[in-house]
Amino acid sequence: MSTTLMLGVLAGAILSGTSLLYATLGETIVERSGLVNLGLEGILLIGASVGFSVTAVTGNAWLGLGAAAAAGCLANLLFGWLVVTRKANQLASGLALMFFGFGVSALVGAPHVGAVIVGLPKWRPAWLGAQSWVQATTLFNYDLLTWLAIPAALLVWWCLFRTRWGLGVRAVGESPGAAFASGRNPAALQFQALSAGGLLGGLAGAHLSLSLTLTWAEYMTAGRGFIAIALVIFSKWNPLRAVAGALLFGGAEALQLQLQARGSLISPFLLDMTPYLLTLLVLLAWGGARRLAAPASLGRTFYGSD
Amino acid sequence: MNPVVPLLEVRAITKRYGAVTANEGVDLSLRGGEVHALLGENGAGKSTLSKVIYGFTRPDSGELFLEGQPVVFPSPREARAAGIGMVFQNFMLIPALSVAENIALFLADLPPVFRLKAVGRQIREFGERFGLVVDPSATVRQLAVGDLQKVEILKLLLGRARVLIFDEPTKVLAPHEATALFQVFAALKAEGYAILFITHKLREVLACADRITVMRQGRVQGGFGPGEATVEALVSMMFGEQDLAGRPDPEAPTSPPPSSRPTLELRGASSPGTGSETALKGLDLSIRAGEIVGVAGVSGSGQKELGDLILGLRPLSAGSKWFCGVDASHWSIARMREGGVAFVPEDPLVMAAVPGMSVRENLVLGTGRRYWMDVRIDWRRLEAAMGQSFRALAFPVPRLDPPMGALSGGTLQRVVIAREMAHAPTLVVALYPTRGLDVRSTTSVRDLLRRARDGGSGILLISEDLEELAEMSDRLLVLYGGALVGDFPRGQWQVEEVGHLMTGSKETVHG
Repeated sequence: MSTTLMLGVLAGAILSGTSLLYATLGETIVERSGLVNLGLEGILLIGASVGFSVTAVTGNAWLGLGAAAAAGCLANLLFGWLVVTRKANQLASGLALMFFGFGVSALVGAPHVGAVIVGLPKWRPAWLGAQSWVQATTLFNYDLLTWLAIPAALLVWWCLFRTRWGLGVRAVGESPGAAFASGRNPAALQFQALSAGGLLGGLAGAHLSLSLTLTWAEYMTAGRGFIAIALVIFSKWNPLRAVAGALLFGGAEALQLQLQARGSLISPFLLDMTPYLLTLLVLLAWGGARRLAAPASLGRTFYGSD
Repeated sequence: MNPVVPLLEVRAITKRYGAVTANEGVDLSLRGGEVHALLGENGAGKSTLSKVIYGFTRPDSGELFLEGQPVVFPSPREARAAGIGMVFQNFMLIPALSVAENIALFLADLPPVFRLKAVGRQIREFGERFGLVVDPSATVRQLAVGDLQKVEILKLLLGRARVLIFDEPTKVLAPHEATALFQVFAALKAEGYAILFITHKLREVLACADRITVMRQGRVQGGFGPGEATVEALVSMMFGEQDLAGRPDPEAPTSPPPSSRPTLELRGASSPGTGSETALKGLDLSIRAGEIVGVAGVSGSGQKELGDLILGLRPLSAGSKWFCGVDASHWSIARMREGGVAFVPEDPLVMAAVPGMSVRENLVLGTGRRYWMDVRIDWRRLEAAMGQSFRALAFPVPRLDPPMGALSGGTLQRVVIAREMAHAPTLVVALYPTRGLDVRSTTSVRDLLRRARDGGSGILLISEDLEELAEMSDRLLVLYGGALVGDFPRGQWQVEEVGHLMTGSKETVHG
């Protein structure tokens, strides 16, 4: 593999890995609190479409980013109302949320299809820009979300494993009964986790439309939400491992794009499948170890303690 | 007398549930530096009283005093804040988290950002002071039952509780672990903690209590100060005089000579152990019809694995298993059960019951085709047969509609035993069958096992209660580290020798 191809793949991995990482971090927090949100794909779409629309209307990408985060948060609170307050089935509610996201994002984004926007500003430190090997690529020319991706993973890890709040969230995900007995309110903690997760999901979606593609198209997320759910499993519910996972999957996508651009002999349809095939492989490989790492109460409904 | 104001005092507590009076005019006082035992049968009102003290239940009338001041606990939160802590029968621990995290979760004054190492230091400090040594960084999943209980106690101590309520703490413990717990009691006592020890085991009460209160049918029946209590006095207070006469004389050897035909035989049976399991090493064992074979051993010596091996839950890696003279090494569980094997497992809620299904549905599970009627199940015949089995055991027949998981531990155990013993089994494998039962139910289970033996069943009785084994066994085996290290015919063993074999401090003996 040539150096330019490798650098290209790396640069692409970082760019498309950013939104995967934010989505994975969000879902990790949610799953640590014992909820499975299969509607992540819908959250990403809502984030992408709201972010793009607000930017197109106001001309300010920062406003778009904020609106996307708020919209993701709201959508996740809706999910919380269903599964925590109304105790609805999590899998069915998640799938419903995904389709809800398809519809809402299409509705919100429809007037702005084809609009030209100024996306999130990018910035490259001058001394790095002066290097010749960097100049040929997009390496180190990043927007704020990409620059903050790894700090965000560290922050989520710190919150989950070093704070009282994180201990409470993890306790709810393992045993809501024990968390309740310790004087905590499991429902409140799950709503807090959903808010944080929705916020990160909204940012992930916005990064797609406001930085990566600078367009809005229906169903532009193309399964990234589900890849992120697989990444949560791949990273064993650990935000730091998620960084490696997001790079790997971002890399798979970047590699197939690079190969397609270079006119590879492999069918483009096969190449398009690479990230999804990788997802299947990860689930296969991690199948046995999964049980030990997953929060014990994941996907179960807490009916209160008697 | 001690002029000190009691740390906690309850006066004239009355609590009714519908027509049932759980507590009537109960008085109790707990002093710092004392172990106070609350003794009584299942249903005597001990649990209700402890729930009132811990704020789970509001009494209909009566008062609580903390150091002489009247207090009201609307919920456990207020009771905890006032320094009252409870060690439950079912531990409130999260297996995936570390010891320190589990304890931190329950600390009321945990800062928003905390250092686990600081919590760990406190755990070590308290642990060394009271004989509760646990590694704070160990994952709770890896701990043995005795250590889990230590974590529960540490949780209370770090939470600054001064009154500690223990609800049947020895139920889950092996004898040596119980002894260790009593040493912890002594250390806590020395530092001024007040301990309420709820139990129905007389021997333990006599071993560690300073004062004893006996409850019967919701009332306080009487109390004893230090050194005043005797077994006879306690039993007559718990049950009344008339019940004593009905108890069988444990000394009378009633067993008929067992037939020579073995019901079950293991020849060099081995089975590998993975994870926390114990490997079984070349067991030679034969249970003849009309014989009770007792198995003694400290917990984790391979008891569960032995039971599972006989039933077929666990495959043999070497050796063979013979059932009524036929090689049954590779029989399925269904085939063993159809052959007439009754099985009372170590943990009935997990291994012998489906918690979400009704008691009635649970009664038909494991009975094979016995109650099949075309494609349906003949519930009427089942209920008649099971009702008879309950009556034979002198157990109250429970309601059949509620889910099995809603039953109390003792009732669940009775349902499982009644089901397993309903069809004149050829072989009974019973692991700790009387664990969690009150004295009356314990007596009827033992009677029934004896009657089954007299009727020609072979019985394997695995127990941690040496008194029970001594009373019941026609032959006593000792299991240590997955191997049989002792084999004594009736009346030929000494408790001391068996104890040494159980702890591995003596080599194999065949009496």
